[in-house]
Amino acid sequence: MNNVNNAIEVKNLTKNYKTFSLDGISFNVPHGYVCGFIGENGAGKTTTLKLVTGMVLRDSGEINILGKSADEPSAKKDLGILFEQSHLYENWTAINIEKALRPFYENWDSTAYHGYLEKFSLLQRQKVKKMSRGMKIKLAMAVTLSHDAKLLLLDEPTAGLDPAARDEMLDIMRGYIADGDRSVFFSTHITSDLEKIADYIVYISGGKILFSGLKDELIEKYCLVKGGVKELNELPESKRKNIIGLRDSGTAGGFEGMMEVMNTGGLPPGIITETVSLEDVMIHSERSRK
Amino acid sequence: MRIIISHQSGVPFYEQVKEQIKASVLSGEVPQGEPLPSIRQLARDLKVSVITTTRAYNDLEIEGFIQTIPGKGCYVKKVDESLIKEQYTAEVKTALAAAVRHGKLAGLTTQELHKLLSEAEEDI
Repeated sequence: MNNVNNAIEVKNLTKNYKTFSLDGISFNVPHGYVCGFIGENGAGKTTTLKLVTGMVLRDSGEINILGKSADEPSAKKDLGILFEQSHLYENWTAINIEKALRPFYENWDSTAYHGYLEKFSLLQRQKVKKMSRGMKIKLAMAVTLSHDAKLLLLDEPTAGLDPAARDEMLDIMRGYIADGDRSVFFSTHITSDLEKIADYIVYISGGKILFSGLKDELIEKYCLVKGGVKELNELPESKRKNIIGLRDSGTAGGFEGMMEVMNTGGLPPGIITETVSLEDVMIHSERSRK
Repeated sequence: MRIIISHQSGVPFYEQVKEQIKASVLSGEVPQGEPLPSIRQLARDLKVSVITTTRAYNDLEIEGFIQTIPGKGCYVKKVDESLIKEQYTAEVKTALAAAVRHGKLAGLTTQELHKLLSEAEEDI
């Protein structure tokens, strides 16, 4: 248990819906780190998370959680789950929630739960419906953290939070993985959060995995290329076809795109290269796909 | 030791962590044998990812500034004098190259450059 290398292993996972399919995807989430799950709306993030948790049944493929097959009931014990849609009943208070949920968890820790309520400044007797979005997420997080989970699966935990609350969420995650024996896998659109916290990235696009690995590796693999349309037109086709998500800036007479750093040798001095952010990688990859 | 992460400098975070620890070691501010914060604690305190501090520590170890004792942690190594000299000489070279470039732009002769160097030395 302590020696697993991967918190999640997904192999050839397939799920077909009428209008969307996950196409035999494979990726690993290393244990002991924060891994971000990115991709545009409808790319398959929530579907993947639901398949991993078993909320949706897969058509084929293999999923392992902390070294065990996800089909084993005991694999779920170590999972902490937080989905975008709150599962907490609106009329409940933090106290009701503990009473209702603790029987489901073998390792429920009441002291920890009340500790988190206090830490997150949540009132014990306030009803969920009276809470702000940030408070609801923090309450759900308190539940998730109070049953000794080893792996957190969070679906957009920072969406709709103000900057201070987001920072607090990230801090909670950092504290959570600090001992090295816990992992976080979370989906988000807020790539700046990932720049701050993620060690690994899984990038899904149109039901396929475009990248899975170290965040630094992804960012160092690409660079932005910018220059004038004139320089662009003079580029040989062999170079030009390496530009990902090429876009010209209209009346400004320039162009912008992304390239793999290994392909940038021999560019004329009129074309400059810049480091990419995760957001740049996503924007240009999606643009080139359409 | 004091480490400050700039989000605007454009220098990768791991590089910033590495350079600042290196500076503290070279200046003698963090003495030999002193334990460094754990990789995970430092990541948490600096609000950076664990891989960032891991990379910084790995590089520092390769360059001979720190030592990892498995199960115990990271310590500042005895930095030998020649390594310090080498590091500072490299910095001097970079700074001088920039000075020469600027001097050329200003149309200074070699003698004038030498004179400026002597003056700078006297000022310190």
